Amino acid sequence: MSALSFRNVWVEYGSQIVLERINIEIASGTFLSVVGPSGAGKSTFLRLILGQERPSQGAVLLDGEPFPAEPGPDRGIVFQRYSVFPHLSVLGNVLVGYEFEQRPLTARLFGAARRHAIEKSQAMIESVGLAEHRDKYPSELSGGMQQRLAIAQALARRPRVLLLDEPFGALDPGTRTQMHALIKPLWRDLKMTIVMVTHDIREAFGLATRLIALDRVRRDPQAQERYGAKITYDLDLTRDGAVPVLGFLKTSAETG
Amino acid sequence: MNIAPARGSRILLAAIPFFLIVMVYIVGSAERRAANPEDKLLPPISEMADTTKRLALEPDRRSGDYVLWTDTAASLQRLLRGLGISTLVGLGFGLTVGLLPIAGASFGTIVAVISMIPPMAVLPILFIVFGLGELSKVMLIIIGVAPCLVRDMSIEVQNLPREQMIKAQTLGASTWQVAIRVVLPQIMPRLIKSVRLMLGPAFLFLISAEAIAADVGLGYRIFLVRRYLAMDVILPYVAWITLLAFILDLLLGLFARKTFPWAYVEEPR
Repeated sequence: MSALSFRNVWVEYGSQIVLERINIEIASGTFLSVVGPSGAGKSTFLRLILGQERPSQGAVLLDGEPFPAEPGPDRGIVFQRYSVFPHLSVLGNVLVGYEFEQRPLTARLFGAARRHAIEKSQAMIESVGLAEHRDKYPSELSGGMQQRLAIAQALARRPRVLLLDEPFGALDPGTRTQMHALIKPLWRDLKMTIVMVTHDIREAFGLATRLIALDRVRRDPQAQERYGAKITYDLDLTRDGAVPVLGFLKTSAETG
Repeated sequence: MNIAPARGSRILLAAIPFFLIVMVYIVGSAERRAANPEDKLLPPISEMADTTKRLALEPDRRSGDYVLWTDTAASLQRLLRGLGISTLVGLGFGLTVGLLPIAGASFGTIVAVISMIPPMAVLPILFIVFGLGELSKVMLIIIGVAPCLVRDMSIEVQNLPREQMIKAQTLGASTWQVAIRVVLPQIMPRLIKSVRLMLGPAFLFLISAEAIAADVGLGYRIFLVRRYLAMDVILPYVAWITLLAFILDLLLGLFARKTFPWAYVEEPR
């Protein structure tokens, strides 16, 4: 279970309003794409779920419960860059998650516990196709392989929600297609909720079961920052048919 | 720019400047000796070799010590103690100040101010407070080196991508675990680099302290025989100190490459 709900969420920095009146219920097991122009608060939206940022008003709930305002193991993340630890090998990068979990003081595993954790890590590494690179350092891997490692690493702790912050933005189109083919079955098998921020519209439609677009609907030419972004489109991509069901959110239609 | 020497010729090219310096010295020394057989400023290499042999292989007539080795042992002990403690302080404080915003706010400025104190200016205070023994010399090195290391380390910690800290937390890491498994290993190569750069200042502080108040040590010996214009002692001692510093630097570099291979993957050499 890993349903997310945003209840009347506002994010403001001083007089600058980034997000306003965000209301959305994300069902458990959804693959949600978030699109929108630069500066529309997509990353802020993600950071709210991550716990890196608190809403100025309203609440973000995970399975109906508020969660601590700091990143934790129930929410995994893959960033566009810097997602893996350069000082650890491929195996070490995945293994470290188990080491954090089981050894609060030393964060290192030895003996049987280590062998067991290595087995689990090995399975994760194989599932993203990096088995023959397990002893290499990230700087020896290509960009696509680094992102695959980041995904394996994020999935090792079985997060309830996986957040993807433009994860494939820096990859070439071929590699990107490979990554799409990789992430979809993983999502299906692990039955988690994925929230992906992306600039690539094809990617957003191709992978997700639901898509939201964030944008500023009102503009004040004298004070650009006085109106925040809202959810302007909320599309259900699981329905059959050429055009997905398309609708403004009720709240934003009423007050927008 | 695009012509790079091969390995063999690289060694040859590196040797040329050394060879030239030695040649210039030999010629200069011979010239001065020809003009004045009593000249002390540029003693010929044979004379320096004799003196070095006497200092290294024969016990001193008065104390029975092998002077060069007792001096080296005393100086290296001071230097390594000072550098070792500075490294620990630099690492511990630097990591804390860099990683924890509260520690950074509390100690960042004071460290910046302390690192601006000229260590030589507080040397008299050290002699008064810690006496003329070993402690004051070690303290001088620590005061000169540690604050710079603390600053360098804290900046290095802050330069680590924020994404990595968040990633580690999403893998369930506590602050302590982030410190020992994510931050510490990643700043170690930089720590060793900084310590290598600090070898020069550390030797400077060591020699200065020894020159002012000591009864044994490389710096002490140089400043002792200076009164007699004994260049045949001073020059080999300078060469010896240089060699020691060079070897320390080399060892630290090799150690870093061996222990942290991931940090040097992209470097060609």
